[in-house]
Amino acid sequence: MITKLTDMYSYLRRYINGRQLVIGVPYFWFVMLALVPLLIILKISLSEMETTEVSSMFTTSDGWLTIKLNFSNYLFLGTDPLYFDTFVSSIKYALATTLICLAIAYPFSYFMARSPAHLQPMLLMLIMLPFWTSFLIRIYAWKTLLVNDGVFNNVLMGLGIIHTPFQIMNTSTSLMIGMVYSYLPFMILPLYANLSKLDVRYLEAAADLGASPFKTFWLITVPLSKAGIIAGSMLVFIPALGEYVIPELLGGSDTLMIGRVLWDEFFSNNDWAMASAVAVVMILLILLPMAIFNKYQADQTEAKG
Amino acid sequence: MNSKFGRAWLIAVYVFLYLPIVTLVIYSFNSSPLVTVWSHASVKWYIALAADDDLISAVGLSLRVAFYSALISVFFGTFTAFVLHHYHRFAGRTLLSSMSSSPLVMPDVIVGLSLLLMLVSVQNWLGFPERGLFTILLGHALLGTAYAAVVIKARLHEMDGTLDEAAMDLGCKPFQVFRLITLPLLVPALVSAFLLTFTLSFDDVVLSSFLSGPGYSTLPMVIFSRARLGLNPSINAAATVMIATVTIAVVAFSIYQSRISKQRQREVALAYSENNQTA
Repeated sequence: MITKLTDMYSYLRRYINGRQLVIGVPYFWFVMLALVPLLIILKISLSEMETTEVSSMFTTSDGWLTIKLNFSNYLFLGTDPLYFDTFVSSIKYALATTLICLAIAYPFSYFMARSPAHLQPMLLMLIMLPFWTSFLIRIYAWKTLLVNDGVFNNVLMGLGIIHTPFQIMNTSTSLMIGMVYSYLPFMILPLYANLSKLDVRYLEAAADLGASPFKTFWLITVPLSKAGIIAGSMLVFIPALGEYVIPELLGGSDTLMIGRVLWDEFFSNNDWAMASAVAVVMILLILLPMAIFNKYQADQTEAKG
Repeated sequence: MNSKFGRAWLIAVYVFLYLPIVTLVIYSFNSSPLVTVWSHASVKWYIALAADDDLISAVGLSLRVAFYSALISVFFGTFTAFVLHHYHRFAGRTLLSSMSSSPLVMPDVIVGLSLLLMLVSVQNWLGFPERGLFTILLGHALLGTAYAAVVIKARLHEMDGTLDEAAMDLGCKPFQVFRLITLPLLVPALVSAFLLTFTLSFDDVVLSSFLSGPGYSTLPMVIFSRARLGLNPSINAAATVMIATVTIAVVAFSIYQSRISKQRQREVALAYSENNQTA
């Protein structure tokens, strides 16, 4: 047994050196768990399948391998208005989340980067702390605040500001509050990293040359922080697009999100092929902003020489 | 923009971030079964928690999954980071780097669905694995590896490459260099990667829901299924326990980290002064 193993080892070593072995380990891991599963999704989205029985895509007839592709799932996605509306409203919610996060996080990161140096680690830690606390629990916590007999309405009614409770829960408002709340740190962190490295001399030079504070901000600070804005927007937009938990807990039954449709298609309708087709379209939707981002990054490095 | 406005903005955002957490903690001590109506302070939900067998067994499963998946993530994450950092030219480098970052980019529903369909295909073909602990572990370990690789790669980038070269000059073989020089210097990054992937696994609900089988509910899965039905005072108590644990762990870890970096600075200073004395 042992000689067999050492034989095998020396046999392997004849063809594989240490470097190839070291490269091989992560390669094997990610091919098995990241690449192959995506190819399987693609395959299943092109197959006719109701439940677990996969009708084979490859058939051999007369010794020839013929590949039968079935685009019916995609045709259905394109023609059924429900799916189209879902994709549109997901993009809308994800875009709104990104813009609101940017509007809150930009001034926040700017002031944080300009606050006294000894305070900054603490301020950063306070941003990170909720991030380490369970995401699910933080979303659930909003329910206590937002339901009709919840804390917000109780406080407002107790103060006599309103007499009938606001319906916030299960609307697009509660969905947006939850989304902005969850993704805000993802916008703050890259923006802060970028703005804290900003060279103050540029701002001083602009002020010396007579630019107003607003003009300095708009013409110097914003363009210099473009990389942070783009990175933060990517970190918010992409996961927001596929969000499932937040619309499920805070959104109404009519809030359409792709993640939710995929989940229902899979767990309730048991239509694995349709769920796969939804997933493939979702991947394509994500690849578009990714491609723009990568092109921007390539242009940046090229510009730097 | 003046600093008064700036300070107000900072405070407003922190209030927004902490408001739901603080409310949750306060209401966990509410004795009323109606979650949002305050009657008086009590710890009865914590006592109910101690008797909640579903929740307790879910905690056990979650802790086990998080521990093992964090170990696997750090193992494969180290390999991934090392390969991407050290080897600049090999066939399929771009493929490896995009595969390793794909779990960070893909929404959880896609990662969960694709892994499940792959595991079902393997099961149809080989007869195993059954859905359960092992399959949840695989999903969490995949996501964890992607995050661990980012953390470890960042550390490798800021590390001093001359130490490796010196060791090689003195006759170390590549693996010896890794074991004697690179690995010890990486330890803080490995600890942070472990904590990060542990937390991610402990927090995950979407991947677990796709990959678990009957009888294998992690803590977030139990919380999620109860939270879907509405407000539940026992969740408030469980959440408070989790928040307290995480806060203590994060604060303790940051103290540990700052102590390590101070100690390193002291050692470097000491080494310099000794060096000067002998010279």
